[in-house]
Amino acid sequence: MSAVSPTIGAEVDIAQLTKIYHTRESEDVLALDAIDLKIERGSFVAVVGPSGCGKSTLLSLLAGLTPISDGQITIDSERVAKPHSKIGVVFQSDLLLYWRTVIENILLPIEIKGLDVKKYAAKAEELLKQVGLAGFGKKYPSELSGGMRQRVAICRALIQEPGLLLMDEPFGALDALTREQMIMDLQTMWVRLGNTVLFITHGIDEAVFLADRVIVMSPRPGRIDLDLKVDMPRPRQWSRVHEDPIFHGYVRQIREIFEAKGILVAH
Amino acid sequence: MARVSGFSGSVAVQTERGKNTIKAKRKFRLQQLTERFSALFLAVALLAVWQIAVPLSGLSEFILPTPLAIATRIANELPLLASHGYITLFEVLAGFGMGVAIGIPLSLLIFYSRAFEKAVYPLLVALQTIPKVALAPILVLYLGYGWAPKITLAFLIALFPIVISTVVGLQSLDKNLVNLVRSMGANEMQTFFKVRLPAALPNIFGGFKVAISLSVIGAVIGEYVAAERGLGYLQLQANSLFDTTLNFASVVAISALGVSLYFILDFIESKVAYKRDSAK
Repeated sequence: MSAVSPTIGAEVDIAQLTKIYHTRESEDVLALDAIDLKIERGSFVAVVGPSGCGKSTLLSLLAGLTPISDGQITIDSERVAKPHSKIGVVFQSDLLLYWRTVIENILLPIEIKGLDVKKYAAKAEELLKQVGLAGFGKKYPSELSGGMRQRVAICRALIQEPGLLLMDEPFGALDALTREQMIMDLQTMWVRLGNTVLFITHGIDEAVFLADRVIVMSPRPGRIDLDLKVDMPRPRQWSRVHEDPIFHGYVRQIREIFEAKGILVAH
Repeated sequence: MARVSGFSGSVAVQTERGKNTIKAKRKFRLQQLTERFSALFLAVALLAVWQIAVPLSGLSEFILPTPLAIATRIANELPLLASHGYITLFEVLAGFGMGVAIGIPLSLLIFYSRAFEKAVYPLLVALQTIPKVALAPILVLYLGYGWAPKITLAFLIALFPIVISTVVGLQSLDKNLVNLVRSMGANEMQTFFKVRLPAALPNIFGGFKVAISLSVIGAVIGEYVAAERGLGYLQLQANSLFDTTLNFASVVAISALGVSLYFILDFIESKVAYKRDSAK
């Protein structure tokens, strides 16, 4: 059985999470101010907010890349202090190593963990098939389009069946059409795999479309302004959702917050 | 070639324009051919001018030998050129090898230690402003007439480009790539070998190629100052005997040495380093 089996999504508990950046020249920056957030197993949570609201800091803390100033994060009752294999990360740029083939890129986490690469090769192929890139394993990243490369990056994040998939504006660098397709495909894949997903984005519409819950953050200091439960049946259709008054209701609610905070200014 | 087949595709569709298209196609092919071999054409043309101009100008072979005379001499003197050539080759390789053996660890120290960088980098740049060639007589004074001063000179010249290009290569890495592998749980050793080094290889080889060409210059200059063997020494001998043809033959041998070493490095690079833009 080389098929990719559904993963048990991780349970994430963020309590009183605070991050202060100490700078040499200017005053300290309070990037996150006592954030509380509980994420259920297998749910899709989107975080939206303007630049500087601490959403990337949140991801960096979750991934164990940056030390926590105060508070704590637990994933499946395990405290996060350093990077660990329950988490897969997809960044804004695909960050594929251009000197490695697609399959070698996907197997990079396995290599780093010192696990048996051969054992995972079939699984890597299977993941490629799932993202519509069957037979692309021997190609180099430079031979792929931006959308294909980001798909490979998603496969790389999924190779270890992480309970929590962190995505940091993964479609931000893609053109509008590719982005639309990627959003649809991500939903399909997530429904099948069942990982817990934390999806960070600037795009209000893609957040509402994809997520079970949208967390709206505002900057200086980074705080949660709204925790919005999105109650729409799945699978959602990108083309239809734009005619759906319920969808627009959610989008408006988020925009109103940004307008009230002066992040979006109506003319 | 893809563009050529594109042309033939349009031939089939637009028959009324057939003749013009075939003409355009021919013109295009010719253009491609000239582009590919333009350097060779120019070289051959210059050599031909040289060959013809020497007898026409009445210059004796003794002042300026013709390319054919030089080529014949090279063919006749191959054993002599080789016996001196391998000495120079050894000096170049030893100097370059020392450059790599010392330059790479030095680069790593500069890259990983801020204090070391602050202390060593300015010194290295200051040393670079000394014309290394001017050190040759001093090196002979200390190291004698053997291979030691030549190797030292080749090494001193090779060191700087190797260190600079390696440090720049390591520093120019996208920081997000480091975050990526760290998020996979990589330690610094793994980060270095999986990401930092492969990403810096094109830069490092760029430095190697500059360094090997300069090493040849270093070794030959060392031989000019004081030597009993080597291509530079052979040249001086030819000079003192007014054997201009052999003198030119030595120059060709020295360039051949440099060019071959350059292309050997280029070949090794193509085997170990994958360039970002080389995929097609």
